[in-house]
Amino acid sequence: MNRRTLLASAAMGLTLAFGGQAFAQGMDSAKVCFVYVGPIGDGGWTFQHHEGALAVKEAFGDKVEIQFQESVPEGADAERVLTQMALGGCNIIFTTSFGYMDATNAVAAQFPDVKFEHATGYKRDSANVSTYNARFYEGRAIQGHIAGKMTTSNKIGYIGSFPIPEVVMGINAYYLHAKAVNPDVELSVVWAYTWFDPAKEADAAKALIDQGVDVIAAHTDSTAPLAEAAKTEGKVIGFGQASDMAAYKDGPRVTSIIDNWAPYYVKRVGALLDGSYAQADAWEGIAGGEVEIGEITDKVPADVKAEALAMSAAIAAGTYHPFTGPINKQDGTPWLAEGVTAPDGDLLGMNFYVEGITAEIPK
Amino acid sequence: MDFGGIDPVILIATLIASAVPILLAALGETVVERSGVLNLGVEGMMIVGALGGFVIAVQTGSPFLGFVGGAVTGAALSLIFAALTQVFLANQVATGLALTLFGLGASSLGGQGYNGIKPPATGQFFPDALADLPVIGPIVFGHDWVVYFGVAMVALLWWVLKSTRVGLIIRAVGESHEAAHALGYKVNRVRLGCIVFGGAMAGMGGAYVSLIRVPQWVDGITNGVGWIALAIVVFASWKPWRVLIGAWLFGGITVLQLNLQAAGSSIPVEYLSMAPYLITIIVLVVMSAGRKGKSGSNAPACLGQNFHASR
Amino acid sequence: MLRLEKRPTPSQFWLYATPVVAVLLTMIVGGMLFAAMGKDPFAVIRTIFWDPLFGGMSGYLRGQLIVKAGPLILIAIGLALGFRAGIWNIGAEGQYIMGAISGAAVGLYFHSMEGFWIFPLMVLAGALGGWAWGMIPALLKTKFNTNEILVSLMLVYVAESILAMAATGFLRDPDGMGFPGSKNFRNYPSAHNADLIAGSGLHWGGLAALIGAMIVAAILLWHVLGFQIRLAGQAPRAARFHGVNPSKLVVLCMGISGGLAGLAGVFEVTGPAAQITINFNVGYGFTAIIVAFLGRLNPIGIVLAGFLMALTYVGGEMASTQLGLPTAAVQVFQGMLLFFLLAVDVLTNYRVRVGSGAVKVGG
Repeated sequence: MNRRTLLASAAMGLTLAFGGQAFAQGMDSAKVCFVYVGPIGDGGWTFQHHEGALAVKEAFGDKVEIQFQESVPEGADAERVLTQMALGGCNIIFTTSFGYMDATNAVAAQFPDVKFEHATGYKRDSANVSTYNARFYEGRAIQGHIAGKMTTSNKIGYIGSFPIPEVVMGINAYYLHAKAVNPDVELSVVWAYTWFDPAKEADAAKALIDQGVDVIAAHTDSTAPLAEAAKTEGKVIGFGQASDMAAYKDGPRVTSIIDNWAPYYVKRVGALLDGSYAQADAWEGIAGGEVEIGEITDKVPADVKAEALAMSAAIAAGTYHPFTGPINKQDGTPWLAEGVTAPDGDLLGMNFYVEGITAEIPK
Repeated sequence: MDFGGIDPVILIATLIASAVPILLAALGETVVERSGVLNLGVEGMMIVGALGGFVIAVQTGSPFLGFVGGAVTGAALSLIFAALTQVFLANQVATGLALTLFGLGASSLGGQGYNGIKPPATGQFFPDALADLPVIGPIVFGHDWVVYFGVAMVALLWWVLKSTRVGLIIRAVGESHEAAHALGYKVNRVRLGCIVFGGAMAGMGGAYVSLIRVPQWVDGITNGVGWIALAIVVFASWKPWRVLIGAWLFGGITVLQLNLQAAGSSIPVEYLSMAPYLITIIVLVVMSAGRKGKSGSNAPACLGQNFHASR
Repeated sequence: MLRLEKRPTPSQFWLYATPVVAVLLTMIVGGMLFAAMGKDPFAVIRTIFWDPLFGGMSGYLRGQLIVKAGPLILIAIGLALGFRAGIWNIGAEGQYIMGAISGAAVGLYFHSMEGFWIFPLMVLAGALGGWAWGMIPALLKTKFNTNEILVSLMLVYVAESILAMAATGFLRDPDGMGFPGSKNFRNYPSAHNADLIAGSGLHWGGLAALIGAMIVAAILLWHVLGFQIRLAGQAPRAARFHGVNPSKLVVLCMGISGGLAGLAGVFEVTGPAAQITINFNVGYGFTAIIVAFLGRLNPIGIVLAGFLMALTYVGGEMASTQLGLPTAAVQVFQGMLLFFLLAVDVLTNYRVRVGSGAVKVGG
């Protein structure tokens, strides 16, 4: 970056400093810290966040120092870790689980000069808190399309973690797109009440398979459902979740949703370094690169693969929204009229199934 | 034949397989507790066995050696418990809990770098011709060798504890270690042997989780199954056949509740997830209520007490 | 050949020296482990043991020690009473959760009101909730002779299920966009368990722990119940002859430990954790069992043991964040500390002698 740009951005920064919420100066170096809810070796959610952290290091080299703490429980421990990080000189802290929301906001209030980025949350109580999320439902739509086309038993399954809007959104997107290409399809949902528990997920997958399900999508993060599907030697297919799970490519994994946090992290740290950082509420999807669709294997028929890729491109281009009316709620009341796309607010608070799903969301 | 949309044959076949880790660990702990030692470190030994078995299986390519490795690792960890309780006479409850804590940490530390690797697969033990028979095929013949090993161990331990001299010595040590010592039996040595056996069985149970049931290695993969095994030992009144029933009961309810969900049952999920634990309590109450006549529970009289020869 | 010989009375010297020796041994062996992992052993040991007390962030961290030690001590003193009498309450974690839910439910019911009476009512509800949960194994034992280890342990899992139901259902924040978790108690001064001295980490729970320890010590030393407990543990037959009613003892001990665990729960959820979430419980109920034994089932010892455990947690976390030590290594370190404490403790009651100790007959 040449000196003129630097001066220009500094000047702009100073102007904005007296209004708005942009922060003035850039930095020569920054300490970038991460709080993880699980171990980086989980091969799923936390693993992907850590990949993003490593990408930041690669992008900025000596200008950044990365620090992280894994398996931090939510609640009082999270608050302590965040306070320690802030006291220890972190300039920007990414908290990578919904459950850190209150802790993040509480500590942010005490350290106004430190930037906090909270994943999948919605509270921004002070100016130095930003939130970010990914439109996973876009990936679910593609999975649902493939599921509807490829199922032979007309039973598709979904392993849910907790009955929260993000998961309900995923289930609805998956079902809608399967139903659109296969009106006879039936959806079975099993709730694991965990984000990550390979043994439980294996049991849940087995239960679904025992019920005749032959396509399994999971909102939980381990490879256990795929391992379970692999035991059926080709009868059941599944999807990689959070990470590509490429080890199962010659097995049941036909595609995957990859959480790719690297573009967002690099963008934010870069903004911090060059002084253009501003409070944000980001919800990117395939378009922004945060949701990546993993390689679609040859198990998927060529025409289905082409349709899936086309859908992905349309979503990325903004010409197709997975929740486009007419869609009714489970009880029959209309939700989206013909051609209307779902507003973000409806999605973020989604607590209803769409018409056609017979199960109930647990209370 | 279905009921509620669930096929009972598949259900029973699945529950037998899912009960194996609990069964193996509980059998081992039954022997340990019969000798008068309460080892709460089952979870620690199981997870260390899960890692050990996984690593050996991946490195050698042989799942069988993996199970041997799991047993050896579990037994090795149990030696720490044995040393502390039999030589240093430390309190058994505290030592067992410390063992669990240490085992969880050690397995997590040792397992870094083994995440996401697929272990070599273990196949079905009997040929397809038998396993494809209707009804008895999946239930009786459709399993891997560890399932049959577990049932065989039940029978073996029942016979050993009931009818052999070794079993008698173990029981004597557990019921009255002073008397056993007076008779010339080396109490601490007997207990050491039992503890190591318990560790080996727990390690094998853990290896089953990481090599067959899931199968993969991740931090904390056993996720509390060791505590369930401890509970099943008490539930079974320290008798091997009842351990089998307890493991199947618990495994069965767990599998059933997931199948009920998958079949779209209308029973709320929260109650289903509590069911295995509540039902275990209820059955235990019913079983122990019948024994009110005796002066105490059926626990080995010296359970939890350390022995130190004063002469 | 070395052998152990029982001392006529416990050695006063070793009673106090044991923890010191154990800590030193752990530092040495732990240091070797850290060196084997490529970390500077002195830096790690210093970060764990010295820094939280006297290092750069110690002003904040000393308070955090109280936050961490408080619930451990509160639960452990209750457990110690039962353990001394041979009554094994392994389900303190479940009683802790139920106390938190009960207290939080009362607080949330009155959340729109203010008043000095709200917090005491919540505390009472919390104690009652934990007491009731502890009564289940107690009554099952006295009426049906059911083993309390099994029942109390199973009830922990049941309590965790109820907690999940509370966080996603009956205690969920209606303004929370459908996400699990109750309202945050920080927003309700009447219900919030704030630090008594701001920033000190000493909230009502910490104070209750210290007062509770003194009360329990007094009971054990001077009250007839204390005498009965000690007698029942050491000489059950003599206790029966003395007229100690074993059923009454079970009910009292389980009740007290349940109530204290419930208290710890409500103080924690209204204070440091600040809201009911699906996994706000971090295993204090189980760690307290270890603390009880480390403190030799003596309230004063428990206070010290609680602080020692808290130190390893807080310091270990610091070592994790700042020195990149995997959290698992800290767990191994804690396990080692316990092993050494348990091993060295033998010297309190036994003497090491050389020789076979055979009695010489004749001459």
